[in-house]
Amino acid sequence: MAKTVVQEFTKGLWAEIPPFRLVLGLCPVLAVTKTVENGVGMGIATTFVLVCSNILISLLRNVIPKNVRIACFIVVIATFVIVVELVMQAFAYPLFLKLGIFIPLIVVNCIVLGRAEAFAAKNGVVSSFADGLGIGIGFTLSLTALSIFREVLGSGTFTIPISSVSVPVFGPSFQPFNFLVEAPGAFVCLGLMLCVMNMLGKK
Amino acid sequence: MREMIRLFLVIFLFSCVSGGLLAVVRSGTQERIEYQQLKFVKGPTIKEIMEGCSNDPLSDRFKIMDGDKEISFFVGEFDGKRSVVAFESFGKGFGGDIGVIIAVNLETDEIIGIGVTTHSETPGLGSRAKSEPDLSSQFKGLSIKDPFKVTADGGKIDSISGATITSRGVCGAVVTSASIYERLKNDILKKIKA
Repeated sequence: MAKTVVQEFTKGLWAEIPPFRLVLGLCPVLAVTKTVENGVGMGIATTFVLVCSNILISLLRNVIPKNVRIACFIVVIATFVIVVELVMQAFAYPLFLKLGIFIPLIVVNCIVLGRAEAFAAKNGVVSSFADGLGIGIGFTLSLTALSIFREVLGSGTFTIPISSVSVPVFGPSFQPFNFLVEAPGAFVCLGLMLCVMNMLGKK
Repeated sequence: MREMIRLFLVIFLFSCVSGGLLAVVRSGTQERIEYQQLKFVKGPTIKEIMEGCSNDPLSDRFKIMDGDKEISFFVGEFDGKRSVVAFESFGKGFGGDIGVIIAVNLETDEIIGIGVTTHSETPGLGSRAKSEPDLSSQFKGLSIKDPFKVTADGGKIDSISGATITSRGVCGAVVTSASIYERLKNDILKKIKA
């Protein structure tokens, strides 16, 4: 059953939205979503890598021999990740300092390799681009939602992306719910959001 | 066998293209990254000790080789004259090297100010060398030719209480700066005029 390009794009926004539906790439999700700025930054970096590697791998899918495909995918992905790392250092140094090790770790993010192996290696360039963009934007939206939830309740602030300004959301008497900013808190948030999504999806 | 060679060649080509691409991106962003690192790591300290200068010391900088080490100098413009240079040197502290940036007036050899950039001193004790101005402000206005010693060693710099070794390290860094300054002063003056 062939899907249209639009369907390939929109499936990443709800039906297969990572990390909720494709429960992959949880490491950065849990680690960086402490503030909204980090969440959005990580999402955008991953989207860029996802789109570029999907396009290139789909273009080269007939050149890459089957037995060394994973090695080739990793070379392609790692290249784009280092490009992102350098560009981020040059233009958003404070964000780079905050995300730190999680930028190079996009190389081993299962979502990126997963889309390359499961989709881009078998489909044309246009639908691979749509797939990468959809999944990437879905990932960014999830990270944003999760980080808003965690930051607002866990630290009582909202960090506006790019400007790095933390705005207090509640009054001065607000007692931050510290548990949410810890890693286990991220798991609980993720579980609760997945639960809500499943309830909405059930008819 | 032929299949093996083909696999080898594909990965070889992939790596070559990837390496080449990264080299291009790196050389394209290198200068900006260096500037960003200066701005966010050393920048605040430089801005603080060069308060009142009318240029941007971070972009008005040059490098001089001191033996086999390369030292960056930041130029400060005061009253229309490029009369101040700032540079970093290191002294041995309690928990490792302490980085100290020192700004010197080239005409009078007077210290405009010093500031600690990087350190791994004990939080709450030695770390006060960076967070509080008590120690660093004592250097302001002294001549770079003075001997810098803490009072415990017979000098006139009051050390931070509980952190004599850190204070000694900061003094050591300033002494190192003084010797660098003396060695390279002619080169600095040449570079500034150029």
